[in-house]
Amino acid sequence: MLEHDVLVIGAGLAGMRAAIAASANGANTAIISKVHPVRSHSNAAQGGINAALLDRGDDWEDHAYDTIKGSDFLGDQDAIEIMCRSAGSALIDMEHMGVTFNRDDEGKLGTRAFGGQRRARTFFVGDFTGQALLHVMFEQLIKSQVRSYEEWFVTSLIIEDGQVGGVMALEIRTGQLHAIRAKTIIFCTGGCGRIFEPSTNALIVTGDGMALAYNAGAGLMDMEMVQYHPTTLAGSGVLLSEAARGEGAYLRDKNGNRFMEKYAPNMMELASRDVVSRAEQTEINAGNGVNGCVFLDCTHLGEALIMEKLSQIREIGIDLAGVDMIKEPVPIRPGMHYIMGGIKTDIDGQTSIPGVYAAGECANVSVHGGNRLGANSLLDTIVFGERSGNHAAEACRSLPFVDFNEDEVVAREERRISEMLERPDNGDRWGAIRQAMGESMVRNVAVFRDEQSISEAVRDFSALRDRYATVPVENKNRIFNTDLIFALELGYMLDVADTIAYSALERRESRGANARTDFPERDDENWLKHIVARKGEVGPELSYLPVTITKWQPEERKY
Amino acid sequence: MDVTIKIRRYDPEAEQPGSYWEEFAVSVPDNATVLDALIKIREEMDGTLTLRCSCRSAICGSCAMRINGHAGLACKTALALVVDENNAITVEPAGVMRVIKDLAVDFELFWDKIRAVEPYLQPAGAEPEGEYIASNESMLHLSGVTACIMCGACVSDCTVLEVDPTFLGPAALAKAYRFTADPRDGNREGVSRERLRNLSEATGMWDCTRCNECVQACPKGVAPMDRIMALREQAVEAGFTNNNGARHTNAFTESVGHSGRLDELRLPIKSVGGVTNIGAMLSYAPVGWRALTHGKMPPIRHKNVENVENVRRLFRKLDPELAGPQIGRNSPFG
Repeated sequence: MLEHDVLVIGAGLAGMRAAIAASANGANTAIISKVHPVRSHSNAAQGGINAALLDRGDDWEDHAYDTIKGSDFLGDQDAIEIMCRSAGSALIDMEHMGVTFNRDDEGKLGTRAFGGQRRARTFFVGDFTGQALLHVMFEQLIKSQVRSYEEWFVTSLIIEDGQVGGVMALEIRTGQLHAIRAKTIIFCTGGCGRIFEPSTNALIVTGDGMALAYNAGAGLMDMEMVQYHPTTLAGSGVLLSEAARGEGAYLRDKNGNRFMEKYAPNMMELASRDVVSRAEQTEINAGNGVNGCVFLDCTHLGEALIMEKLSQIREIGIDLAGVDMIKEPVPIRPGMHYIMGGIKTDIDGQTSIPGVYAAGECANVSVHGGNRLGANSLLDTIVFGERSGNHAAEACRSLPFVDFNEDEVVAREERRISEMLERPDNGDRWGAIRQAMGESMVRNVAVFRDEQSISEAVRDFSALRDRYATVPVENKNRIFNTDLIFALELGYMLDVADTIAYSALERRESRGANARTDFPERDDENWLKHIVARKGEVGPELSYLPVTITKWQPEERKY
Repeated sequence: MDVTIKIRRYDPEAEQPGSYWEEFAVSVPDNATVLDALIKIREEMDGTLTLRCSCRSAICGSCAMRINGHAGLACKTALALVVDENNAITVEPAGVMRVIKDLAVDFELFWDKIRAVEPYLQPAGAEPEGEYIASNESMLHLSGVTACIMCGACVSDCTVLEVDPTFLGPAALAKAYRFTADPRDGNREGVSRERLRNLSEATGMWDCTRCNECVQACPKGVAPMDRIMALREQAVEAGFTNNNGARHTNAFTESVGHSGRLDELRLPIKSVGGVTNIGAMLSYAPVGWRALTHGKMPPIRHKNVENVENVRRLFRKLDPELAGPQIGRNSPFG
């Protein structure tokens, strides 16, 4: 049987960082991913990675404060301290690995301004920082010689007597099912953006790890905290980086007014994302937009700057909307982009299930709280990917393999898959169900939400779940059966969708990205706490956890 | 917009597997991409249609395929710009790589070549405590190469790989250049000697025929062929001239620079290191015989073009430091 001390699921930045760390610590490590590592969604991070470097006169405590304020005081401050303290060395490590960061006049790493931060501490490679980092991490993965199962899709966890002992995986190109035994599992499966339609997220971002962990009994924390990015392209909903505003772009309404002066007179366009998205939505709702959009104006930045630092998003604008940002403002709107919530972990990536870890967007170590700052996500993946890998490698020295019968678990999974393939072809296709789910989510659990709208989403999901129970798989073959995979992914998404809606309904205050029009104020007395969703008999069961506060007391949040 | 998408399909599990064309008529918004249409077909018309795609914004590199016969990203190609007069397009899997199913091809060949160039930074000596100091220009130049998303479009349309799968190919060579041009890689002067030595071997940088297909196919402006030409310059400058490619270039330049035209008789001989290379001379024998018997043998006595001094002056102007026409920074590489 395939057997590893540490098995990392997902090969984006967090996953590869975790695998490289675990392998460097002597663990027999493998990484498994439903796509080739360089196809992972870390690619899509455009603007940069934050770090407070002492030799630039910056201070990690300032970075920590900005992050905490950005989180609307819901982030756990012990984890935030770790991330911000580690940022400098994580950044320099990446530079040493070969990332081609833009430089300043002295040849040192250059910075740009980013939202919600009082000084420029965002390091970047043009406007494709995520891709640059991801490919360099893949280079290091090649160097490390970690076993890589590429285009293998995890269909379930193997749980024996309540203990997680490995995973069942579908080798996509053959259609064969395999059991992989592992002492420790690290989920690095990314977010769940495809639950929303539209979303900036890639089609592969379907919450697989969150759902697998949730179904195995782990808690999903702060799932109501869904980030709507202020600048997503009209139509396709593809991301246009915050780097544009970092480089000085303006947001304008249909009359050309820079409306942010009403909402964030000091930081203007560079207020935190939740604040800017709410401002845009308010303007759009008041009729100050055009076709549901306001405008991102880069025309004053000049061609030279745009070509050096924003060339990729310029291409996106031209390719997908027919608008050249050098010449005219681009129509944009808030669009679902990121989930702050995820599998609850401690500062070493450990979940509540022994031997199971999580890092990156699928995890919630709680560094982003109610709202993530731009360019903190890449940092999160690298810092906590590494910590999880290190800790898992250490832990597996004293952990035994869980005993299970390979033939039995494979046969069991084979029956489940066969049942799906053999269903009659007369139900709704997965595409229709996913579309309905996504549209309900964006309509009802939006930038602004209230009890009525969220309840509607809950009802919608319940009905969709019934339709999903008989969803047909049209493709009956085994080799590269993406039809089957999409159907399985939809199951994952429906599980996670429930936790988002239930948590949003529960939090009866407005904090961070959870803007409730029926409870418009932040309520520290009752709601300065995390909401944790665990799988119950009929749906998510909710409980609370305190927020860890080290030295920054909650205060009024103004930009 | 109503369009017809003709897709070249392949089902490995069919009773008699073979590729075939299938047409789909779809209705999509006017600004739809080729990928939008394919996704619509997959979700609403035929769930068995198989392709890789993910980001929809030309960054993940999943959806390279041949559209109207040429490789490109489906997500970056606006349908309106590629349909013919009947509002139709053809879509085929990427070339060179083996088809697994429909539009999904086996990337093993692609990754093998990437791995073969040891694709990770190899600096000499200890790392600095902080970052390496490097000019912004050098990093921007590299970023033009690291913008490669490994989609395989260049490999798909590489005319050398089509006939010689041992060639490292445009993607791997561009990847290699990303290191050889990196001031942090190689020795203290930033020269990646070992890499250049290896890349000068057979199947490496000198096997490119400069057909420019990879430059056309690349959706990210990486221009792999230009990087391969830059590799050649680096290799020659580092002294790796003892190979057919470098000799060929040298002889080519020398011939044109001296006589104003190509000496087709001596070029192949000089390329393999002269008549003392008995093996190569013997391998030329059948070609020579056919040329002779078909009246295609180049003249034994190579003549200068008229006013050859003008050509020579051009060469001297391009590189005044060179006594005779030899390879230099601006030499017209063959």
